[in-house]
Amino acid sequence: MTQASGITRLATLRDEPPAAMPGGPADPILVVDHLTMRFGGLTAVGDVSFKVGRGDITALIGPNGAGKTTVFNCITGFYKPTEGMIRLRQQGGETYLLERLPGHDVNRLARVARTFQNIRLFPQMTVLENLLVAMHKPLMQASAFSLAGILGLPGYRRAQGEAIAKAAAWIERIGLTHRADEPAGDLPYGDQRRLEIARAMCTDPVLLCLDEPAAGLNPRESADLNTLLRLIRDEFGTSVLLIEHDMSVVMQISDRIVVLDYGIKIADGTPDEIRNDTRVIAAYLGVDDEEVADVEAEVGLTGAQA
Amino acid sequence: MAQGSTIGRVAPTVAARRTSALPEMVKDAALFALVTLGLAIPVVAYRTDLGQGTGLELTGRWGLVAGLCAAVFVLRLAQRLVLGEVSRRRDIRTLAEADSKAPARLARPGRIIGPLTLGIALTLPLLAAFGSGSLSEGRYWIDLGILILTYVMLGWGLNIVVGLAGLLDLGYVAFYAVGAYSYALLSTVFGLSFWICLPLAGLFAAAFGVLLGFPVLRLRGDYLAIVTLAFGEIIRLVLINWVDFSGGSAGLSSIPRASFFGIPFTAGEGGFASTFGLTFNPMHRVVFLYYLILVLALITNLVTLRMRRLPLGRAWEALREDEIACRSLGIDTTMTKLTAFALGAMFAGFAGSFFAVRQGFVSPESFNFLESAIILAIVVLGGMGSQLGVAVAAIAMVGAPELLRNLGFLKAVFGEGFDPNEYRLLLFGLAMVAMMVWRPRGLISERTPSVRLGARAR
Repeated sequence: MTQASGITRLATLRDEPPAAMPGGPADPILVVDHLTMRFGGLTAVGDVSFKVGRGDITALIGPNGAGKTTVFNCITGFYKPTEGMIRLRQQGGETYLLERLPGHDVNRLARVARTFQNIRLFPQMTVLENLLVAMHKPLMQASAFSLAGILGLPGYRRAQGEAIAKAAAWIERIGLTHRADEPAGDLPYGDQRRLEIARAMCTDPVLLCLDEPAAGLNPRESADLNTLLRLIRDEFGTSVLLIEHDMSVVMQISDRIVVLDYGIKIADGTPDEIRNDTRVIAAYLGVDDEEVADVEAEVGLTGAQA
Repeated sequence: MAQGSTIGRVAPTVAARRTSALPEMVKDAALFALVTLGLAIPVVAYRTDLGQGTGLELTGRWGLVAGLCAAVFVLRLAQRLVLGEVSRRRDIRTLAEADSKAPARLARPGRIIGPLTLGIALTLPLLAAFGSGSLSEGRYWIDLGILILTYVMLGWGLNIVVGLAGLLDLGYVAFYAVGAYSYALLSTVFGLSFWICLPLAGLFAAAFGVLLGFPVLRLRGDYLAIVTLAFGEIIRLVLINWVDFSGGSAGLSSIPRASFFGIPFTAGEGGFASTFGLTFNPMHRVVFLYYLILVLALITNLVTLRMRRLPLGRAWEALREDEIACRSLGIDTTMTKLTAFALGAMFAGFAGSFFAVRQGFVSPESFNFLESAIILAIVVLGGMGSQLGVAVAAIAMVGAPELLRNLGFLKAVFGEGFDPNEYRLLLFGLAMVAMMVWRPRGLISERTPSVRLGARAR
């Protein structure tokens, strides 16, 4: 997508009905429509619209303070947007308006899971317990709101066995089997990041939102993360929306990239399109127009390396 | 254990330096003595006496000053030596534990103390009877056992709210009061038996738990503590002022006593003793009450232990750790908090109706803030979330003051006017300070995982 078309689209979006939003994936799982979030006089996100394709990895990038996390918090029910609509359509056709659901129902009913920029595990609980907490909904039903559980009925025992098996499979996938019974807070940073993703996946999401999953990871851990994210997309068919600053992750695994700057969407396209978008380069690196050519070369280099 | 091992590896060098440098210690103690000298000169060195005539006379007391300085010097030296030795030993121990895979060792005291306490609790009436000669003479010990078990039960109940769900509740005694008054009113007004009132009292208290839970759902930490504190006071003040309903500060008396599942503990025909062919002894009722509270407490314990392994219990603990993460995982934090409040309150209600049936008399006096504070102290001292810790703390907190009463022999040492009981709060405060210094996270701060991948067979 070129710079010019990006601007015209932004300008015309206001007048178009949501369904006719041009471009983007054909079968979106999530449609963010004219999303605006104001905190008092500050407009953190201004009229942002984009789509997340089913089974895609979509990256949301932008300089610091661009409003990425605000968009995330709106999608996952932590903020109620000032304006706009966030529609999630599941495979079966059930559609949820995420901005209208109470916080926990975004995960429970609409099946959108998320991780946090600053890791939010349950530090004193073990790795296994962290994953079991994520399977609250099916286990709660199996335990008949604790009644069957207190009596230790076989139905609940079976459900718990299945939950533990599922958790064990995830623990193995993230390579923590030998530390499964240790408090999550004792794990190294990279393991905690992966555990948080596994915990989110244990809620069986259709859309997984990751807030800077590669922050603070070394190159090897970043590569592991790429593998894990591809596994999530390919094996579990979960669509992924991620905020990321690490371009080696973004450019390598994203099917689509949305770029925000000062709360406004400035570009939306495939990694190749974004890499060549002069406006993105200028906004992201904060350079003057004259220097864009130099920077372009540099970004091209980064992309090739990664 | 990773933490412990790193501490163990770093600390010995520090400890070695501390113990070896004797001259440094002497210097330090001398400095202390010097400060004492500086302080003592204006305060102690001269005493002013009324002299002949109008003036004051100065009496020098340099001997006393010297004595004080010497005492401070010696005490400081001793303190350094003892502390150095203690920390050196601790370091050696940590190092040894880090080497020999400590978790098994840490679990051992729990494995011994738990069954031991339970064994003593189950046989206490027998022990008391044999220890004191006859059942009637052992009454003091059984009464003490009942008192301790009541607090153990309250502690376990509050442990659900504070220890597991992490909601600081300073008004827990309100639910205890609701339970006690439920039984008192239902039995005196409607003539219902204890066994019908017991579940009802639990239900009423749970309803009040939900009632308190709703307005405070958004609050956390200090704010929650203040609101629950106020709630406890409201219940107490209502009981004092609504005279028509609760009898005001005079309370409710002549509450029916407990019966053995319908058979009263009376001397005559049809009483407990004659039905079972025993000679009548008023102690039967006390022993029955003892086992009643023991069973109630054990049920509380069992339910709590079970709940910890259920999704709801795990959600409580997760809520304590991180509420926002809970919400992102689809856990309804409102419901989770309310269930914790309700279940905790229900056990307080059971304990309350037991209190009423045992005393035969309830008044708002029994449900003041101090009670809440003691129950909370039991939970915090025991170690948040640890069932065994709470039991041990309850024994220490309730039993230790009783121990003071039996220290009459100290009168021989300190003179006739000495009453150890008067030092109860002082010792209590000292114990609190000591706990905060040495075990800030409670007697048993180890958290046992509710499920293990290693031992899945269970």
